Amino acid sequence: MRRSALLVLADGRFPAGGHAHSGGAEAAVKAGRITDAAGLAAFCRGRLHTTGLTSAALAAAAALGHDPYELDRAADARTPSLALRSAARKLGRQMTRAARATWPCAELDALAAAFPRGTHQPVVLGLAARAAGLGPEDAAHCVVYETVSGPASAAVRLLSLDPFQATAVLARLAPEMDQVAERAAAAARQGIDHLPAASAPLLDIAAEQHAAWPVRLFAS
Amino acid sequence: MSLTATARITAAPGGSLPVLESDGPLALRRTRTTGPDADARVTVVGAMSAPLGGDRLALEADVRDGARLLVDAAAATVALPGRTPAPAHYDVRLTVGEDAELRWLPEQLISAYGSELCMRTTVQLAATARLVLREEQILGRHGEEPGTLTTRLTVHRAGAPLLDQELRYGPGASVGWDGGAVLGGHRAVGQLLLVDPDMADKPAEPRLLGETAVLTPLAGPAVLVTALAADARLLRRVLDRALDDLTG
Repeated sequence: MRRSALLVLADGRFPAGGHAHSGGAEAAVKAGRITDAAGLAAFCRGRLHTTGLTSAALAAAAALGHDPYELDRAADARTPSLALRSAARKLGRQMTRAARATWPCAELDALAAAFPRGTHQPVVLGLAARAAGLGPEDAAHCVVYETVSGPASAAVRLLSLDPFQATAVLARLAPEMDQVAERAAAAARQGIDHLPAASAPLLDIAAEQHAAWPVRLFAS
Repeated sequence: MSLTATARITAAPGGSLPVLESDGPLALRRTRTTGPDADARVTVVGAMSAPLGGDRLALEADVRDGARLLVDAAAATVALPGRTPAPAHYDVRLTVGEDAELRWLPEQLISAYGSELCMRTTVQLAATARLVLREEQILGRHGEEPGTLTTRLTVHRAGAPLLDQELRYGPGASVGWDGGAVLGGHRAVGQLLLVDPDMADKPAEPRLLGETAVLTPLAGPAVLVTALAADARLLRRVLDRALDDLTG
């Protein structure tokens, strides 16, 4: 049990650039699909069970030591949106920089050398978890949590939503987050061919629309 | 009674069909090609209502090196509840060889209330293969709540993954499927995938095709159109326009 290392990695203040991304919430707010705490909960729940599960399994697989090249290709195939692939690689670059400084190790150095333009962020997060002595469930929990905490904190800024209400949304989702993280880690243990590919059409569509906006508050 | 059936098509260069095997509800007919896009055309004719709960159906098409095949359908596929509570399974397995082309343009898949269907489409493409593939999921017949529908589309090109996508909707799906991240209340979902090795030299730019549809380049010589609409007719209109743009 390395709870403190997990808290360092999962902390929203971990300097990996995640705060600049809304997880699709900015586009959903503009389109009127999130207008209040209930809409935020439905959005987060949908994201959790789709791309949240898929990303968490990629992170768990990386934490188990599966080949990062193969995971990178698996992540590309599961990310049809060019805007979301670009965002995932950018976040991956930032996460690589932060993780190498935080938990220096040969595996992270090799990853940075192999992917100068960055690999998908969940793959890096999985390797960072591994470097911190954490396991696949830990990596999956980190991804699952940021899958919902990103949109929740963005919604506070975008809608002036009561932060207490936004946090209550997260708290109510906690049991589902645990289930999704467990499923993700279990799938990763079966190997790359068994990774889930759950996807969300509106997130893909809205990500491309958002990327075409001339002015936006969040990068994705 | 639930049933198990596997229908098979093999297309060879010059328009011959060395294998054309119907099975159970999957009746295959050779039909006349209507344009220069294919050397052979096969139409899936629904001989009876399927799949019902518990059924295990499979449809296989093998497009040999240099062959060009179009597969379409005479009617929509309706997933209906069966006498057993077990889900129905429908597997589509497609293989496209070197310099071969497959246009896979079936009609809609309609998920009727009370049904449960797991549909799995796997595609193996050679490096120089070309593909046009359309999938449309309609959640519920007119004015009806949907059944439970899981569809997974896995495409490999030259042995490497190109696209892997699973969609899951309805009362048996995880909660949140109808929220603002997944469907946002829409009841018709479609994908149009185009793989063409020529795109390696000139990758497509992302393009918005209306309020709830986009075209996006994949990480490979391919583009995917993802579209949501209120109903089947509006969805088809968006996908038809995209297909004309991409192949016209």
